[in-house]
Formats: sequence, structure tokens, C-alpha cells
Amino acid sequence: MSKGMKIEFTKILMYIFLGLIFIASIYPIYWMLSASTLDNTNIFKKLTPGTNLFENFRILQEAMPIWRILFNSVFVSGVVTISTVFFGALAGYAFAKFNFKGREPLFFVVLLTMMLPIQITLVPLFIIMTNIGWTDSYLALIVPFMVTPFSVFLMRQQMLSFPTELIESARIDGSSEINTFIKIVLPTMKSACAAVAIITFMQQWGNFIYHLVVINSSEMYTVPLMLSMMVQPGHVIHYGAVMLGAIIGLIPMIILFLFFQKHFVSGALSGSVKG
Amino acid sequence: MEEAKQPRFKLNKLKLSPYIFILPFFLLFGVFMLYPIIYSLVLSFNSWTAGEMTFVGLDNYKQLFTDSLFWKSLKNTGIYLIIQVPFMLLLSTVVAVIINSNKVKFNYLFRVAFFLPALIDLVTYSIVFSLLFNESNGLINHLLGFIGIDAIPWKTDGFWAKIMIISVITWRWMGYNCVIILSGLQNISEDIYESADLDGAGIVKKFFHITLPMLKPILLFCMILSTIGTLQLFAEPLILTGGGPSNETTSVMLYLYEKAFGSFNFGLASAGAYIVTTIIAVISFLQIKFTGGGEI
Repeated sequence: MSKGMKIEFTKILMYIFLGLIFIASIYPIYWMLSASTLDNTNIFKKLTPGTNLFENFRILQEAMPIWRILFNSVFVSGVVTISTVFFGALAGYAFAKFNFKGREPLFFVVLLTMMLPIQITLVPLFIIMTNIGWTDSYLALIVPFMVTPFSVFLMRQQMLSFPTELIESARIDGSSEINTFIKIVLPTMKSACAAVAIITFMQQWGNFIYHLVVINSSEMYTVPLMLSMMVQPGHVIHYGAVMLGAIIGLIPMIILFLFFQKHFVSGALSGSVKG
Repeated sequence: MEEAKQPRFKLNKLKLSPYIFILPFFLLFGVFMLYPIIYSLVLSFNSWTAGEMTFVGLDNYKQLFTDSLFWKSLKNTGIYLIIQVPFMLLLSTVVAVIINSNKVKFNYLFRVAFFLPALIDLVTYSIVFSLLFNESNGLINHLLGFIGIDAIPWKTDGFWAKIMIISVITWRWMGYNCVIILSGLQNISEDIYESADLDGAGIVKKFFHITLPMLKPILLFCMILSTIGTLQLFAEPLILTGGGPSNETTSVMLYLYEKAFGSFNFGLASAGAYIVTTIIAVISFLQIKFTGGGEI
């Protein structure tokens, strides 16, 4: 085999390898789409879209308040994201650019709790929510997640490099501290904010185990909770309707991805989404 | 007087501002994280019945360590960890290296396609794969049938059920890690490869002697994230197998969830959560230590 042929051969192998992974990555998503148009007898037989889409939608709507649930997911993830970014940036700014008593020990606490899994707070949060009567409400879904140590950490790292002279000259000009933060510091932190926002949104969008614990009524379900309830063993499962619900639940994430693709990458790089 | 007063006022404000800035964070963090973390520790030494706590010392921990199901769930989680994480990271690295080599066309298309699974939430993809892995009707067994392989008992055989769970986690996270690794690859300068070319190093040699060592910090980062994620595995075994057959796929988090909200044994579940957290901390520490750390 000549050298040129050998290179061609490796090239072909590479494309076959990538092609296989490409199909494996995409196909289940295509299958979801086609399954959402099939009825229960065809869902395992047909690999192409069928004609049962509207019937599936009717079944879905009868079983679950789908638009309300979609709104719940968007609203809860949205509010949590805005709050996490803002309060994280605010605290991160204080840790990065101010000298104050207790700064080191307080930041150490932030670092220490950053890696803790949510499961360690799951039972106590359930007890707290029950005691203060927040179960089955937006408060229970939103308030406990409004801040994360991770966002404070990431924001602090980003703000360390912000030129202190700019803050001082703003101070001399008579700008109030909060004004300086909002008008001068925050606008330069757009990409850090975007990274934290994407991570937080994805995390909250997929928040399942906690929602499973504090939510009872279908009016308050979020998308993952709704889907898990629709496939509970013991009663007839309409797979087409479940898949349609899954597709509807996927739309906001796809839209977000189309608009903020590069921030998904920087979000992935800054870490801590898995779980 | 006026002039002397103003700077002092400003100084006070300067001293006070950082506290005001961190206040919202620490208020919410204190109530909904720090307090629960301590509460959980207290709970782990108590038994909980109808809102009443009774101190039981180390009983919960003892009970956990003598429960064979707890050990089984730890063992299952360990198997997922040891097989899935290295396998996935190897795959992600190989794919990233191939995409990064400028010979590949459409690499943008590949990158987006490989990242797509990471957009789908854990419950959704678990349901999809639960159908695809259906033993008698699922697509995967159909395809295997085409090439003459008998239907695989994905859900009724412990070994195959574990393979199924490992496969689906890999599907969900391969591209995600691939994107992280790609950004690490882009930081390796071409010059190093060029001088290796001059020395006559082949593809394989370059991969092991240049690419892997240069990627160490980023691979470590991926490894720690994946480890933490795997130890928290919950939705996949819950939906794909319900932990079965005969608890062969139960993860430690599924076990703890059932203890907490199936039998309302909050003390036991809290003790378990502390054990898992300790394991996470120890493993992360060891990974950093044995790989020599690295700036992230």
C-alpha cells in the first residue's frame, strides 16, 4: 500500500467512525419525533412518522395540563437563573474587590459547599418545606435554588481581573457602590454571566429528584416530573403521548441552544452541570 | 465641617457595602443550604418518627453498613463508575482528537450533533432508551436480530441491565465531555506536533506522548465532574429498570431515595447521604493527588 493510499484509508475509517457516532447521537432524537406521531400498536413497529399526532396530543392534554407544565418549567428555571446570576455576581464582586473582615473564612465556606451533592440537603429541605407549608408551590421550586456557591466562586474568579482603578475612579466621581457594580462592572461580565446562566438553567430544567419530593399536584409539575408520572408502572402508558410531551418539553432548550450556542460551551467548561 | 464629614460617611459606606453585597447570598445560602447540611448531620444520628427526633447515636450508620442492599447499591455504583467514566472519557478524547485534526470536513456539524444529547433532560432520555431497549419489541434488539444476534435481556438480566445503563449514560455525556476536551486541544500549539513529526513520531505515539499529557488538567476536570455525577445517578436506574432485576442496577442514590421517601427513614437516608458525600470527597481528592493536580 502506498503512503497516499494509507492516508486515504485512515481518512475513510475516521469518517465511518464519526458517522456511526453521529447516527447514534441523532437517531434517538429523531426516534422521539417519529414516535410522537405513532399509536401504541405502531410505536415499536414503525420507524417513520405516522398519523397519530393529533390523537396523541389529545391524550396528552387529557392526562396533563401540558402548557401550564411547560410554563412552570420555563418560569421556575428562568427566575432561578436570573437570581443565581445576579446574587452570584454581587457576592462574587464583594469577594473579589473588597477587603472586609471575615472575607477569607466566608469564602472558604463557599468553596467547601460547592461540591456537595444535592442529596445531602434533600431530606432536610423536604422537612423545611413541609413545616413552612411551601410544598406544592412555586416558592418551594424557586427559593431554595436562588443562589449557588458555584456561581459566587465563578464570578469571583472572573472579577479578580477587573481593573480596580476603574472602580476607584468611579468612587471618586461620586458613583454609589451599587451603581458602580451595575453600570461599570456587570456589563463587562457578560460572558461569565452567560456561562453561569446556561449552567443554572440546564440544572434547573432537569431538576427532578427534588421536584419529585416537594410537588404533588399535576398543576405544579415541571416537564421531567410530568414525564416520569406518565410512565409510572401500573397503568396504561400512551407512549406516543409521552414522546410528544417530551418533544414539547425539549423546545425551550433547543431554542436557547440555537441562540446561545457558544455560551453552552463556556458553561460546560466552567463545570458542574452533571447530576 | 461639612467637607470633613462627607469622606468619613463614604468610608463607612465602603466598609458596609461588601456586607450588603454578600447578604442576599448568605441569607438564602444559610437557610436553604448550610442549615439543611447541618440538619442532615443531626438527623443522621437520630431516628425520625412523625416529626419527633430521638437520639440513636451511630445506629443509622451501623444499620446501613449491615444492610446488604446498601452494599449492593454501592457496588453497582462503583461498577458504573469504574467502567463508564474511563470508557466515556476515552471515547470523548478520541472523537475530539479526530474532529480537531484539520483533515475532517463538517467538523462543526459533528460537534453540534454530538452535543445535542446533553440538551435532553435525564428523565426524557431515560424514557426514550427504555423504549429502545425494550426486550421483545425495542429497536435495539430488532437491529441485533438483523445481524443474527438473539434478543438480549436488557432488563431482566443484571449484567445486561448494567451494560444498558452504562451505554445510555455514555450516550448522554460523551459529546458534552468531547466539547470540553476540544477546547483543551485547541490550546495545544501546532509547533509541538510539527517537531514531533520531524522526529518521525506516528499518530499513536503523538497521541500518548503529546496529546494525553497536555490534556491532563482538562481530563482531570472531566473525570471529577463525571465521578460526582455517577455517584448521584438516580433517574436512569429509576426509569430504565426501577433498580431491578433483583436490585442488580440499584444505585446508591436510588437506594437512599427509597429509604427516605419510600419508608420515611429520614435518619438512615441522611446517614447514607453523608457516607456518599464523604466518598465523593475522598475520590475527588485521590484523583487530584494521583494525577498530580493541574490548573483548571
